[in-house]
Amino acid sequence: MGLVMPNPGTIFWMLIIFGIVLFVLTKFAWKPILTALKEREDSIATALNSAEEAKKEVAGLKADNEKIIAEARREKEAILKEAKELKDKIVAEAKEKAGEEAQKSIAQARQQIEAEKTAAINDIKKQVAELSVSIAEKVIRKELSNKAEQEKMVDGLIDDIKLN
Amino acid sequence: MLKLTKAVIILFAVSLLGYGQLQAQHGHEEEETHATESHSEENEDHASDAHAEEGFNAGEFVIDHVSDSYDWHITDWKGTPISIPLPIVLYSKQPELHDGKAFHVFMSSKFHHGHSAYNGFRISESEEYKGKVVELDAAGHEIGTPIDISITKTIAGILASVVILLWLVFATANLAKKNKGKAPTGVQNALEPIIFFIRDEVAKPAIGEHKYEKFMPFLLTLFFFILINNFMGLIPIPPFGANVTGNIGVTMVLALFTFAITTINGNKHYWKEIYNPDVPWWLKFPIPLMPIVELSGVITKPFVLMVRLFANMMAGHLIVMVFVSLIFVFGSLFGPAVGLGASPISILFSVFILLLDVLVSFIQAYVFTLLSALYFGMATSEHH
Repeated sequence: MGLVMPNPGTIFWMLIIFGIVLFVLTKFAWKPILTALKEREDSIATALNSAEEAKKEVAGLKADNEKIIAEARREKEAILKEAKELKDKIVAEAKEKAGEEAQKSIAQARQQIEAEKTAAINDIKKQVAELSVSIAEKVIRKELSNKAEQEKMVDGLIDDIKLN
Repeated sequence: MLKLTKAVIILFAVSLLGYGQLQAQHGHEEEETHATESHSEENEDHASDAHAEEGFNAGEFVIDHVSDSYDWHITDWKGTPISIPLPIVLYSKQPELHDGKAFHVFMSSKFHHGHSAYNGFRISESEEYKGKVVELDAAGHEIGTPIDISITKTIAGILASVVILLWLVFATANLAKKNKGKAPTGVQNALEPIIFFIRDEVAKPAIGEHKYEKFMPFLLTLFFFILINNFMGLIPIPPFGANVTGNIGVTMVLALFTFAITTINGNKHYWKEIYNPDVPWWLKFPIPLMPIVELSGVITKPFVLMVRLFANMMAGHLIVMVFVSLIFVFGSLFGPAVGLGASPISILFSVFILLLDVLVSFIQAYVFTLLSALYFGMATSEHH
């Protein structure tokens, strides 16, 4: 058989066989395969898309979270600051009040001391006076035990009056 | 980067084509020289008749292995050929020569490897009908060929690879249905990348995003048919090893399918480009030069497809057989020792060429599919 001359029998069978194979494969194999491939590709594409969306969503959530956290932090700082101010105020007030109180009690104490002192001095004065009177009485009694002395005394007293 | 790769592949394929044709020519020359050599030997030296019979005819050996035949020859054992007989289907216009029947179906073993006639038919050894089944008249003279639609070695090879092709593709289709929306399994894994490749690298760029789907089944069938037949041709054990894609009848039918689909799908723009292309008027009138060129292009395209695949696969088979036959050529010329000594080199070269053929198998299937897709793209493209 010639190598470069196509053989009619070969062409005949080849036409039939290839025609049938083409028809059968097209109808029953390639169509389902290609549809399945396409479906899978589509599903993969959608999956990727949704993954991308989810990623975006997550990123959004993250941003939100960060915002919330930042806000919370700011709030916390504000609260802390306020609390500190309040504390300072309270402390200052307390200090002031305590100082005042102390001043007050000091003043009171001083007053009391003054009063006590006055009372004590008065007491001492009284006692001294009593003491001196009793001493003077005793002295006078002793002195005036004799007549001469009495006279002398009266004289002296008269002298004093005169002098006055 | 992809375009460059493609360009390199195509360039490589084209150079291979040139190389293949050169080799094919070379094979023919070799065959001829050997044929004449043995012939002259016989004529000049009658004393060495026995030697001439034993002598190894490399040309015949090589051509026998790459050409079509009525039985599937496996080997010769002690001078008797061992082969698988194939059905012969004939329709004769002269039923009176064959028991009054016009339609004949019988196994090729009835011919006893071409040595005897059966029912008025014989495998011819004459110059005109060499190797074909011929009709014999009452006196035993050849009077011509009947209509011959025998299941030859090539057809049997096609049937064998079609079984494999159908099994592969249907297995994939079933898996695709089963694994809907899931990851591919089994043979699906092997075929799907190729399907994706044909779709995304061949069909889509060549035909266009919107029209490619219509042509996908044909392109896929074409690619897998060529690829599987190319590979089967490289396996030297029946039912493989038939030189299917190296048979010009087979490649012709493939090219005809491409041609038919191109022609059927050709749109207005496509035909306008052929009959009334945008060239200066004097190229179309009074002599329609460009239309003639364009029209011849329409015919040339499938013709080139046919010849390219045929020549490449044929050349691959030829050169492997030539390297193998070198062992026997050396053996018969200088004695068995030299033949054995030459065998490692021959085998090394054969293996190298076979590996190259594996590459060529892929490239040729790809090129045929790509060019078909390009032609479809041309036929369906809108005005640009």
